[in-house]
Amino acid sequence: MSSGSAGQKPVDQGLAQEFGLTADEYGNVLSIMGRTPTLTELGIFSVMWSEHCSYKSSRVWLKTLPTTAPWVIHGPGENAGVVDIGQGLAAIFKMESHNHPSFIEPYQGAATGVGGILRDVFTMGARPVANLNALRFGSPDNPQTRRIVDGVVRGVGGYGNCVGVPTVGGEINFHPAYDGNPLVNAMTVGVARQDRIFLSAAAGVGNPVIYVGSKTGRDGIHGATMSSSEFDEDALAKRPTVQVGDPFVEKLLIEACLELMATDAIVAIQDMGAAGLTSSSVEMAGKGGVGIDLDLDAVPQRERGMTAYEMMLSESQERMLIVIRPDRTEVARAIFDKWELDFAVIGHLTDTGHIVVRHQGQVEADIPLDPLAEQAPIYRRPTAPSPAPAPLGPITDPIGIEQALIRLIGCPDLASRAWVYNQYDSTVGGQTVKRPGAADAAIVKIEDTSIGLALTTDCTPRYCRADARMGGAQAVAEAWRNIVATGARPLAVTDNLNFGSPEKPEVMGQFVSAIEGMGEACRALDFPVVSGNVSLYNETRAPDGSSVSILPTPAIGGLGVLDDVTAAIGLSMPADCTLVLVGATAGELGQSLWLREVHGREDGPPPTLDLAAERRNGDFVRARILAGDILACHDVADGGLLVTLAEMVMAGDVGCVLLAPQSGMRPEAFWFGEDQSRYVVAVRDVDAFTLAATQAGVETRVLGHSGGSGLTLPSGATISTARLNAVNSAFFPALMDQ
Amino acid sequence: MKAGIVVFPGTNRERDMAIALRTVTGKAPAMIWHRETELPDLDLVVLAGGFSYGDYLRCGAMAAHAPIMTAIRGFAEAGGHILGVCNGFQILTEAGLLPGALLRNAALRFLSQDCHLRVERNDTPFTRNWTTGDVFRTPMAHGDGNYIADADTIRALDDEGRVAFRYARPDGRVDPGDRLSNPNGSINAIAGVLSANLRICGMMPHPEDLVDPLMGGEDGKPLFEGLVEALVR
Repeated sequence: MSSGSAGQKPVDQGLAQEFGLTADEYGNVLSIMGRTPTLTELGIFSVMWSEHCSYKSSRVWLKTLPTTAPWVIHGPGENAGVVDIGQGLAAIFKMESHNHPSFIEPYQGAATGVGGILRDVFTMGARPVANLNALRFGSPDNPQTRRIVDGVVRGVGGYGNCVGVPTVGGEINFHPAYDGNPLVNAMTVGVARQDRIFLSAAAGVGNPVIYVGSKTGRDGIHGATMSSSEFDEDALAKRPTVQVGDPFVEKLLIEACLELMATDAIVAIQDMGAAGLTSSSVEMAGKGGVGIDLDLDAVPQRERGMTAYEMMLSESQERMLIVIRPDRTEVARAIFDKWELDFAVIGHLTDTGHIVVRHQGQVEADIPLDPLAEQAPIYRRPTAPSPAPAPLGPITDPIGIEQALIRLIGCPDLASRAWVYNQYDSTVGGQTVKRPGAADAAIVKIEDTSIGLALTTDCTPRYCRADARMGGAQAVAEAWRNIVATGARPLAVTDNLNFGSPEKPEVMGQFVSAIEGMGEACRALDFPVVSGNVSLYNETRAPDGSSVSILPTPAIGGLGVLDDVTAAIGLSMPADCTLVLVGATAGELGQSLWLREVHGREDGPPPTLDLAAERRNGDFVRARILAGDILACHDVADGGLLVTLAEMVMAGDVGCVLLAPQSGMRPEAFWFGEDQSRYVVAVRDVDAFTLAATQAGVETRVLGHSGGSGLTLPSGATISTARLNAVNSAFFPALMDQ
Repeated sequence: MKAGIVVFPGTNRERDMAIALRTVTGKAPAMIWHRETELPDLDLVVLAGGFSYGDYLRCGAMAAHAPIMTAIRGFAEAGGHILGVCNGFQILTEAGLLPGALLRNAALRFLSQDCHLRVERNDTPFTRNWTTGDVFRTPMAHGDGNYIADADTIRALDDEGRVAFRYARPDGRVDPGDRLSNPNGSINAIAGVLSANLRICGMMPHPEDLVDPLMGGEDGKPLFEGLVEALVR
């Protein structure tokens, strides 16, 4: 056994602690190994047992989420979730965070986030057809925010545009709680034939293990460990742990892997993501119940003199590990030669049940795989309940409806995102039916079929902070609603659970409550979780030295399907339609954007969510869309009803004329309350529509009609479309192009 | 019309282009690998969009020296028709088959949005299904589309009528200083240029992404329909 290179620190509990292992965890390492581990072995244990790779604080709770449905082909546990979308095809999708790297180095952090999630999807045999993202930034007033927005947007675009996968949707929030810890959650959706899905469980003792893609360098070493700890004042000094992406190589890797996948050569395949060669080899062998021998001298290396420790821990990007049929090695080599990518046989499967790593004639690691996986730590950390938000009390309207609307559509959370999405190629592939901003969910057609996918990302963190259980349920419900509003049938979600430190009981309480709420909504809406990612320790130091948690942010990526994509509808209305509100309004202003933007208050209970009503209203709306009765549809979300209507006007060139609000309710509560489970629809035959609604037990209310130019309020005052657009589109250029 | 699309490492709009060509010809175009040294029997060679070789040197600079380019130069010299879109346009300028160069967009950001193009002449195979002065909508998606050439070249392009398309407002007005209608800042709002024999056309926007009402319109289709009519045999 190698004692490691000269000059290395001795392996002991102190070093284990530096690597992020607790004393108990290190004790467990010693008992598994029966000796002091080598440096490389300690590195392997520390990354495999990091929060990022082991989900040690979250696993017991994640297991409570519903993950099955007749249309689910593979749920959590594979590289991405897989659902049946008809015609023998499957959608493969997942969302993943790259939060910590994106604060340290926004461009590369975001870019490699996109690259990593793309690999999770194409490693299963899918051609990526769409990217989305969910981004959270600090206050626009914070001088750091501009740098981070600029880098993240350039990084998302720089990677996605070059690989040629359209970026079709996403969401952005600003809040001071993200000042030192932005959230970058990237989602990829791919499509594969159901009989050509590739999994990661290795099989076949003696089968060669192939390394393909970029060379291994010293970048990203211990990235997974960094993602599993809080930031301190030295966060920016961690820049060397951020990986550097090469989207050009990724594009070649996609084409080469898909070409190889069309043959019968592959036994198992996995990308080298977090913890690189370590996690891919350990997980592939572990899932297959085999052993694996690796010869690091064969690994393509970018730098000279790399040690076994560095190679096993490197998070260099654009690399894949493949177990292959031995008689197909040359077929595979020829494909990777064609695409000018590195290809090396770096090991083979064994029957030892161990991972054995050799380098320069020495055994650098020899670890039994079963205990490495089975004795990984699992924590049921203490939780503390958050206090229930106090009721709002009486509220006045100091500025009136028109002024409030103008203020809301110009505010950072509602301002047009065109400045951002116009930097993302949304049309490459030629299949984008609804581009960003055109509908509640992006619609992408599957080439050479009639099938359309409806895709969205959603979360309302301020609701989650006020009531994590309601917020978790609301994130799922809003994703479901956004898919329904296009006419698509919601199928499944991927989740990206971004929270603060799990070692704080109140954060752990938020986490557990949010998962409970998500689970309730997923069950009520038949909308299971098929993949996901957890990002904890999203904390920053306040000036006084205290640690500040982000808002709880369980971001939901939703996927739905249209059997006939031509049925999809969007926001923009034809003239001479009746505008009808579907769903009941009580005028709930707690946690509303109106309260924040008009009164500067972020309090009160979030709106209530009745999942039975959600289901009833949504099923009704979707049926009427598919029947052709609804010509435009927009769910009522942030900002409430009047903002919804303004967005429908801005989406096209047809205005609307509104009737008086519901009697017995204050106008601001009616127009700006954020009551859930509601849609605004444009219909031609209002009598037939409302009759059908009554028969379905769904409440409706006529709001006015479409036509003319601009938005005409019940007072008779008209806000021109040009003014709406000018106010709505001012925020991002003012912040970023100054 | 027999069409072929050249695929370089990093080309990423070859599928879009194949769909557009298939829409008008009814058959799939040939896909030509960059390492080939000969072209099959073709009426039209298309250089599609993407990031050839990552565009890590100047955009298109590496692709201009790919093995297939010798055959493409020969094809051009023999009077063959070539369409270069986006990265394909950049490659044609780097290869010297079209004049000028494409700089970073004036705002130094990637731009993915619809733009409007005015057709400057309709007696070419690329523009024959429009009327001179027609305006059509088309997506654009590039970081380096800011067309530039020296004054003599620009004068020659104007004198010889070798500007195929200019960025314009929806009403047809051309205002090179207006960042809304000329988003990347191209000199004289030039969006597409022609070779002296009018058989090579390079343009930055993507008419191939607007050939289907489902994707928002068929505004780009006349270019491909015109080519089919012109190159029928």
